[in-house]
Amino acid sequence: MPRVGTLHIDHLSKQYAVKGEPLPVLDNITLTVNPGEFVSIVGSSGCGKSTLLRLIVGLEDDYQGEVLLDGQRVVGTSLDRGIVFQEHRLFPWLTVEQNVALGLLNARFTEAQKTQSVREHIALVGLEGFETAYPHQLSGGMSQRVAIARALVNRPEVLLLDEPFGALDALTRAHLQQELHRIWQAEGITMILVTHDVEEAIYLGDKVVVMEPRPGRVRRIVPVELAHPRDRTALPFARIKEDVLAEFAGEAEAATAARHADRRGDGTRGPDSGSALPNGLRFAL
Amino acid sequence: MRADIVPRPLRGFVIPALLVALWWAAVRFGWSTSPLLVAPGKVWQTGVDQVASGKVFAALGASLWRDLAGFAIGASAGLLFGALLGASRLAERFIGPSFHTLKQISLFAWIPLLSVWFGLGDAAKVAFLSLAAFFPVVLNTFEGIRSVPPDLLEVARVLRFTPAQRWRKVILPSAAPAIFAGIHLGLIYAWLATLGAEYLLVSGQGIGNLMIDGREHFWMDMVLFGVFVVGLVGFTLNWIASRIEARALAWRGRSVAQF
Repeated sequence: MPRVGTLHIDHLSKQYAVKGEPLPVLDNITLTVNPGEFVSIVGSSGCGKSTLLRLIVGLEDDYQGEVLLDGQRVVGTSLDRGIVFQEHRLFPWLTVEQNVALGLLNARFTEAQKTQSVREHIALVGLEGFETAYPHQLSGGMSQRVAIARALVNRPEVLLLDEPFGALDALTRAHLQQELHRIWQAEGITMILVTHDVEEAIYLGDKVVVMEPRPGRVRRIVPVELAHPRDRTALPFARIKEDVLAEFAGEAEAATAARHADRRGDGTRGPDSGSALPNGLRFAL
Repeated sequence: MRADIVPRPLRGFVIPALLVALWWAAVRFGWSTSPLLVAPGKVWQTGVDQVASGKVFAALGASLWRDLAGFAIGASAGLLFGALLGASRLAERFIGPSFHTLKQISLFAWIPLLSVWFGLGDAAKVAFLSLAAFFPVVLNTFEGIRSVPPDLLEVARVLRFTPAQRWRKVILPSAAPAIFAGIHLGLIYAWLATLGAEYLLVSGQGIGNLMIDGREHFWMDMVLFGVFVVGLVGFTLNWIASRIEARALAWRGRSVAQF
């Protein structure tokens, strides 16, 4: 049951002021996300992928270009757009149930509908029996499930995920990726996942947006036309993975070229542009 | 000596019991003939008389009433003022420096000023006590509100909390441990100041006046009984505050499940 939620990002640029100098973070990003689509965004650190999510959710403003949800320009936060952060950000003084219910504080539901929705979403993330547990009694993976339930409970059109599994161990991460896929199919909502894990991006995404840093730009959009559930060890999966990783190698080469250009004295990049190289390489290998 | 000779709940009583025994022995075996050394039995007898005649309750009632009145005024003003400083950068910039200067002044330095303004009666004492409770409550409330995690405030923005919801659901619960610590300190300070006020603004009734009376008449049994009552009240106030704090902040427990 796909709902509305076409997200259109058009020529989006964003800069921060660092010591009075404008530092470009995002440069001319154009991207369309269709209703019910799962889009993964990958890139090495510093490519502005988290900033992009914060702009979409409305936590940052002051940008050039357009971020449109169903044709409406995004201004401030809205219950139509939910987000799950890398840290679970649960309220430690509230139980699981109460934390999830926070998402409904300002929803236009009746009390009965709210209770029902909280119960359904706790079940959706597989935490029945933990309704009255406090966050300090939960593991990292369970806390992140609660955070997902809190973001979904008022049925947003778009769910943004900012490296939600980045701090979890490999087994829990793989398990939660499957769970997220199941939830995405069950809810039929648009999801945008930011990650630095190429395998995760391909496992979940309908398409993978590869970003490059300094300033953050879209390098390439790689479609993932594989049937679900995806087999991470199958050949077609491996081919797409190689394809995506090759973009990172390309990024590393570009950085090397830029550094040589710097040495020749005709480069315009800052003195720290070379630091992208070891990151990118380590990442690609 | 093995540690389990004395059952665990009674271990805290070992040292006081030994001291009382030593005291008793000092009197019994005549280690000192000073009139300052009275027998434990005599102190006990004074206590029984004071309780039976109700004199101690009248004195204690007067002290406690002032204590709680001063605490209530000082703590409420402290909560409001601390919240204002914590919530508004503008308020902090304007009022903060004056406040931080004032708080450096020893509490007892206020006494001459207060006695000129309010006399030597209950009003001056209550004003002094509220000042004693005010400072720790302001400081802790301010700190608590300033250290609300920005991450959680961001969640409040994403979930479209109204300003009232932000205070009720995020800022106050998050600052609660610090605010409770401040109130707890305020309660203790106010009780300490209650005695101080009775010594320095001598007039009227109170447990401190009872002890001053004892000192002036050389009734050491009365003085020692007073010390005991003051200690007991302080202990009880502290215990009540700790219980309320523990109950209100039960969510700060230890992890009991790992999955």
